[in-house]
Amino acid sequence: MLNRQGRPTTAGQAGTTEHPTFTGNKALAQVEPLLFEIGRYDTTGVDIDEPEDFEPRLGGLERKEAIGLPGLSEPETMRHYVRLSQMNYGIDTGLFPLGSCTMKHNARLNERMARLPGFSDVHPLQPVSTVQGALELMNELARYLVTLTNMTAVALSPKAGAHGELCGMMAIKAAIEARGEGKTRNVVLVPDSAHGTNPATAALIGFVVKPVPAREDGFVHVDDVKERLGPDVAAIMLTNPNTCGLFEPQVAEIAKAIHEAGAYFYCDGANFNAIVGKARPGDLGVDAMHINLHKTFSTPHGGGGPGSGPVVLSERVAPYAPVPFVRMGKDGFELVEQASDAAEKPFGRMTAFHGQMGMYVRALSYMLSHGADGMKQASEDAVLNANYIRAGLSDLMSLPFGDKPCMHEVLFDDAWLKDTGVTTLDVAKAMIDEGYHPMTMYFPLVVHGAMLIEPTESESKASLDLFIATLRDLAMAAKNGETERFTGAPYHAPRRRLDETRAARNPVLKWTPPAPVAEAAE
Amino acid sequence: MRYLPLSDTDRSEMLARAGVKTVDDLFADVPKNLLLKEPLDLPRHKGELEVERILSRMSARNVPASSVPFFVGAGAYKHHVPATVDHLIQRSEFLTSYTPYQPEIAQGTLQYLFEFQTQVAALTGMDVANASMYDGSTGTGEAVLMAHRVTKRRKAVLSGGLHPHYAEVVRTLSDMASDNVVTMKPDVAGAEDILSQIDDSVSCVVVQSPDVFGNLRDLKPIAEKAHKHGALLIAVFTEAVSLGLVASPGSQGADIVVGEGQSIGNALNFGGPYVGLFATQSKYIRQMPGRLCGETVDADGNRGFVLTLSTREQHIRRDKATSNICTNSGLCALAFTIHMTLLGETGLKRLARVNHANAVKLADQLGSVEGAEVLNRTFFNEFTVKLAKPAAEVVELLVAKGVVAGVPVSRLLPNAGLDDLLLVASTEVNTDDDRAAFVAALKEVL
Repeated sequence: MLNRQGRPTTAGQAGTTEHPTFTGNKALAQVEPLLFEIGRYDTTGVDIDEPEDFEPRLGGLERKEAIGLPGLSEPETMRHYVRLSQMNYGIDTGLFPLGSCTMKHNARLNERMARLPGFSDVHPLQPVSTVQGALELMNELARYLVTLTNMTAVALSPKAGAHGELCGMMAIKAAIEARGEGKTRNVVLVPDSAHGTNPATAALIGFVVKPVPAREDGFVHVDDVKERLGPDVAAIMLTNPNTCGLFEPQVAEIAKAIHEAGAYFYCDGANFNAIVGKARPGDLGVDAMHINLHKTFSTPHGGGGPGSGPVVLSERVAPYAPVPFVRMGKDGFELVEQASDAAEKPFGRMTAFHGQMGMYVRALSYMLSHGADGMKQASEDAVLNANYIRAGLSDLMSLPFGDKPCMHEVLFDDAWLKDTGVTTLDVAKAMIDEGYHPMTMYFPLVVHGAMLIEPTESESKASLDLFIATLRDLAMAAKNGETERFTGAPYHAPRRRLDETRAARNPVLKWTPPAPVAEAAE
Repeated sequence: MRYLPLSDTDRSEMLARAGVKTVDDLFADVPKNLLLKEPLDLPRHKGELEVERILSRMSARNVPASSVPFFVGAGAYKHHVPATVDHLIQRSEFLTSYTPYQPEIAQGTLQYLFEFQTQVAALTGMDVANASMYDGSTGTGEAVLMAHRVTKRRKAVLSGGLHPHYAEVVRTLSDMASDNVVTMKPDVAGAEDILSQIDDSVSCVVVQSPDVFGNLRDLKPIAEKAHKHGALLIAVFTEAVSLGLVASPGSQGADIVVGEGQSIGNALNFGGPYVGLFATQSKYIRQMPGRLCGETVDADGNRGFVLTLSTREQHIRRDKATSNICTNSGLCALAFTIHMTLLGETGLKRLARVNHANAVKLADQLGSVEGAEVLNRTFFNEFTVKLAKPAAEVVELLVAKGVVAGVPVSRLLPNAGLDDLLLVASTEVNTDDDRAAFVAALKEVL
C-alpha cells in the first residue's frame, strides 16, 4: 500500500506469517501508518467557518510559512486512533503486575464524575464565588488524605509523584532555612534501593545525595543511618513499604534517630497502597510524604500520566506548604493564592494553578466508593494476593530475601535462571506471548535480575491461579532448555523485540517529510 | 464491595496457601503498636448512586464556563473540544495503560507520542520536542534548568510579560537551587527594555508571546542579543492556538520553546491536568528533560517506536539526571494530538483566525464603553482593559449579572498598583450574544 507521497504504509514485511497478505494486515491486526503519511494539508475534521473580514492586530508578526500539520477527516481520525489503541495493553485488557507502578481497576464512575461540568468546565481563575463546590471537593480530599495518614496538612498542587517529592523536599528545605541552618544542612540520605526520582529530586534543589547501602536482608538498618547522621544532614528519603516489597521494620527507630539529629524524614509514598487503613505514616514519624493518587487511589495512568502527587506534611513542615491552598472563611471557601495572604510561610508555588483537579475528583470518587472499610480491605487483599503469588511460585523461582511474607508486591531475582541462558528480560517478553503485561524488571537495582510482581487487590483468585500456572509453565520451560520460547519472544505481539540500541544511537524523534512541506501546503 | 473480587472463602483458602492464619500475620513487619486497632474516622463504602449524588451536588455549586458568557484566560482557555477527542482518550487501551516500558505491547502509546513530538516541533518551528511535560509553568522551570546546563551559567532573566505564576514557579525552583533570577517589572505595554539585561553572565532570557497582558512580542532582536552573549532565548506561550496565526518562536530564533497545550483537546479542569509543550534544537537533545520517543525497527525489520535516550533520565542517572520527571501527561498529550489531527493545518489556521477576529470585535466593542480602554496595540485572543473602577470589583458585579468577565490583574499581581486592569480573553466559543451581554453589563456597572 502506498500513500500519496508514494511511501509504503508498512515499514517492512510482516515477518512471521506463512500466508502474507497484500495489505500487510492480518484480519483484526491492522497496520497503521503515521498520521503524517495518511493526512493531507487541506483536510480538516472540524467545521469552522472563516470569520468575516476584519483588520488583524498582529503587528506584523503573522505566520507566513506553512506549519506542516496534516489533518484527517473525522472518520479517518477515529479509525487511526482506534487502530493505535488496539496495539496497547491496559489494565482493562488483562493482569498488569507492574511492581511499584500499581495498576488497579479504574472505575468508569470516576471518569464520569470527573467530567461533571462543575469540575471539568471551570477555569482556575474564575471568581472564587463561582467555584465553591470545586473548593469544597479539594477541602474534602485534603481531609481524607490527612485522616488516612494522621498528618497535619496537605499540599495538593504537585502534578505527579516526583513533583510531590520535590514539593515535600522544598518544604523541608524551607523549614531548615527558617531555623537558620540552610547553609550547613545540605546532605540528603537516600538508600540504594530507592526510586531514581528520590536522588534526582534532592539534587535538583541543591542537596548533596549520600547513599545508604542496602543490607543483605533488603532493609535499611538504623545503624547504617546513624553512622551517616551529622549536623550536615537535612533529611532521609525512605520508601516504606520499600521497593523490595517489604515493610521497613526499623522505620520508627530510623525516624527517631533522624529527628534527634535535627533532620527530617521524607517518606516516598509510592507504596502507600499496601497500608492504607492499616497503619498511618504520621504515627511512624514521617514529616512529608507524597501520595500518588494515580496509584493508591486509582486514577488512570493513561500511558504515563497525568499523575497527581499531593504531599502530606507533619506539624513541623506544614507551615511552609506552597500556595495555592483552600481554607474556610466567613463566607465560604477561600483560595489563598499569594504567599503574602497566608498566615503561614509558604515556600512558593509548584505550578501555575491548583494542581490536578481532574485527578482529585477521581480519587475522591474512589475513596467515597470504598469508604474506610473498603480501603482497609483493599490493602489487605492487595497484600494477600501478592503473598498468594509468592506461595505459588517460591518453589520454582528464587526470592532474594527468603520465603517470608511480603507486602503488596513480591520480589523475585534471577538466581533460578542460572545456567538456563534465559534472562529476566526474556521471561518478560515470553509473558507477553502468554497475554500478560510483564512485571517490573531490573528494579530495585540492588537485586540481580529483579522481577517485581504487584497483582493489586483487583485480581480474583481464578485470575491469580491462571497467572501462577502460566509462570510455573514458563519456569519449567526455562529449566528444561526451551530457550527459543524466550529469546525469540515476543512472537505474537504487534511488534517483535524492538532495537532500543539503534533508537538511542541514531535518534529519530519526529517524522520528516519526504518532500518539502511548502509544496504541499495551502 | 464491588471493586474487590475476593470472597471470604477465597481469602481463607489463600491465607492457608500463603502459610498464615490471619491477614495480620502478613503485616508482621509492621510494629504491633503502629497497626491501627480502630476504624478510621471516615464513612463506610457507598454505592454508585450515592457517590454520584454527593459529587453532583458539589459540581452543581460551580458555574461552568459553557453556562454563561465567559471571557477568562490568563493561562487557560475555554475552547470547544470535539466529541471524538474525549471518546478516543477513553478507549481503555489508552486510558488504563502505563508508561510504555514494554514497547512491543505499547505501540499505540508510543506512536501517538511520536506523532505528538512531530506536531509540537512543527507548531513551534523547532527541531525536536519531548513527549510532554506536566504543564506550561513547570515546563518553563525545566527550560531554565536546561539552559543552565547548556550554558553552564546560573542566571535567568524573566520578562515582565511572563505570566506571574510561571515566574513564581521558576523563582521557587531557583531559590531552592540557589540560582539567580532577575524578574523584570510587570510590562503592561509590552515595551520593556529587556535587551539591557542581557550580558555574558546570563544563561537565559524568558519571554512570553503573546504575553500575559496579551501583547505579541517580536522575539528576533532578543534572540540576537542573547546569542551574541552566549545566552539562550526561552520563548513561552500559554495559548497554543495562537501559533496557528503568529510567527513561530523557532522562526524568530528561540532556543527552547515551552508552552501550555491545554487549549488544544483539553478541558479547563480548574487548572489541571494540562499538558506542557517543550521543544528545542537538535544539538540540545541530550540536555532535554522528560521523556522522548524514538523510531526504530523490530526483529522482523518492521518500524516501531520505543522510549529512548533514557540515559538522561532519573531511573538511570539518579542524582545526575536532567530532571526528576517520571510520570508525564501522556493522556493529555493524546487529547492534544487527536484534536490537532482533526484540525490539521487548515483547521488550526482557521480556528486561530476566528479567535483573533472574535477578540478584535470584542476589543472594539469594549473600547467604546465609557470608562473602559483597551491598552493593547497588538494581541491574539486576549487583551488588557483599563477600567474606571477596580477590576476585581467590576468582575464581582458582572458575575451578579451573569457574565464572567475576565481576570483582574490584581489577582495575579496584588501589589503592583494595577488594580484597574482586567485581562479579557475571547475564543471561538464566544457568540455575538455573549459580547452584547458583556458590553451591556459593563456599561451598567461602570
